[in-house]
Amino acid sequence: MKKRHEHPFNQIISAASLWLLLLAFSLLSIAPLRAEGSSVRPPDSAANEMFNATLSRDWQAIRKGEPGKVSIADKKAAILIQSGGQDWREFRLGTLFNGTVWALAGMVALLAIFYIIRGRIRVAGGMSGRTIERFTFIERSMHWTLAISFIVLALTGLNLIYGRSFLLPIIGGEAFASLTIFGKWLHNFMGFAFMIALVWTFVSWVAHNIPSAVDAKWIAEGGGIIGDRHPPARKFNAGQKIIFWLVILGGFSLSLSGLALMMPFEWQLFSHTNGLFNLLGFNLPTNLTVIEEAQLAQMWHAIMAVFMIAVILAHIYIGTIGMEGAFDAMSDGRVDENWAREHHSLWVEEVQRGETKS
Amino acid sequence: MGRMKFLCDADRCIECNACVTACKNENEVPWGVNRRRVITINDGEPNEKSLSVACMHCSDAPCAAVCPTDCFTIRDDGVVVHSKEKCIGCGYCFYACPFGAPQYPKASNFGSRGKMDKCTFCAGGTDHDDMSDAEFRAYGRNRIAEGKLPLCAEMCSTKALLAGDGDKVADIFRERVVRRGFGTQKAGWDRAYEKKA
Repeated sequence: MKKRHEHPFNQIISAASLWLLLLAFSLLSIAPLRAEGSSVRPPDSAANEMFNATLSRDWQAIRKGEPGKVSIADKKAAILIQSGGQDWREFRLGTLFNGTVWALAGMVALLAIFYIIRGRIRVAGGMSGRTIERFTFIERSMHWTLAISFIVLALTGLNLIYGRSFLLPIIGGEAFASLTIFGKWLHNFMGFAFMIALVWTFVSWVAHNIPSAVDAKWIAEGGGIIGDRHPPARKFNAGQKIIFWLVILGGFSLSLSGLALMMPFEWQLFSHTNGLFNLLGFNLPTNLTVIEEAQLAQMWHAIMAVFMIAVILAHIYIGTIGMEGAFDAMSDGRVDENWAREHHSLWVEEVQRGETKS
Repeated sequence: MGRMKFLCDADRCIECNACVTACKNENEVPWGVNRRRVITINDGEPNEKSLSVACMHCSDAPCAAVCPTDCFTIRDDGVVVHSKEKCIGCGYCFYACPFGAPQYPKASNFGSRGKMDKCTFCAGGTDHDDMSDAEFRAYGRNRIAEGKLPLCAEMCSTKALLAGDGDKVADIFRERVVRRGFGTQKAGWDRAYEKKA
């Protein structure tokens, strides 16, 4: 399907020689069949065979996604058949549909088992009644903007995977469609609230989330999750730092793939990313078609989203029912002094010396 | 009831694009959307072939399988229609369709998708009464309800594009192949799917 720009006479010569070559080729290719006498094909003329030999190769290429030529403005319409859609369909209805159940139910089960074994993590010294400010109003607004937008995005996203199977039969097609259209608008707009809050969170908290030697000790002691010991920590312990970086990197990845989905055919996210990987010695395709880009963006967006929902379930657990006194930090922003000494001993000292403001 | 099918005879299609024009005009197709297009392979070379392609109205339609709001209906006659009232413009049917049939007019914020539009086999949609104004505005002409076949095939100057009951279409094509002594479709199929003859 390449173009030649030659003198007409040359074209005739080359066309003639091509036909001769093909004639020779087709005679060679049918010779063994005739010799074996096992062919069930109706007797085609030599010209027919020749015709078929080249054309069937072209049809084969078309079947595998080779574009032809269209005269309309929409040049991506030149692709006659794209087979990636079948893989995408299997991902959406199989892998994603089942995998999400396992990932989320698995996380809930893990947390339930942890709760049964460990119970609620209590403040060992009891509540002192004295509180210190842990998060300012600004920090809490930022956290809840991120949190509420994430929950809305997660629910409206999960609706696209499961709504048709579980919600639609209950509330009916019309109501479900209206709800899902509303959900799509929420998802598109809340996405921007999420992105703003994500950048805001990164800027305000990154300084507190640089890994340090204290974190190595905290991880070595298992964060005091098993047992009653409480390794020292500053404003954020190593576990919280891990959540921070997962949220920042996962959120960034979700934002990019989400924007790519929101503005179809304008981003070459995966071609560019593959190009970067290829610098490290990989050999990934960098000339993906716009539809392959869109399929990959949706798959990546869904996988990252399910992963982040699982991570955030654990975060919600430990911030609410999993630990006594933890939720105060994000509700009114003031935590009990004993809680603070047990979980963030170095931070309390810093605050009391006046080195750190909350 | 028959099973509606399109068939494009690649040995007859002359890439005149009359089917594309007829479709756009008859159905008042939105800007930027082509429900039908003509694809040419080996353009300007020996073995140049053209094919007119639209929605194939699949039996196991991928669009219908992946739609989050279940807005597709596969009619008894095999025509795949959808509801623009229920469509949320998510793009899933476009990802899944092998033939690039579903398309979206750019209609909303950030240049994102409007309601999906595709070939209806000139059979309208599912939201409105047959042959009503509302149906025409949303989906174009409902020629099937008027007792006519899709205009693209009716308009085809070389009768390369056939539309109608699958058995009748197959009979016409079979007769043609016998009369002209060759049929590209058969050999193309066998070899494309590596079936040994």
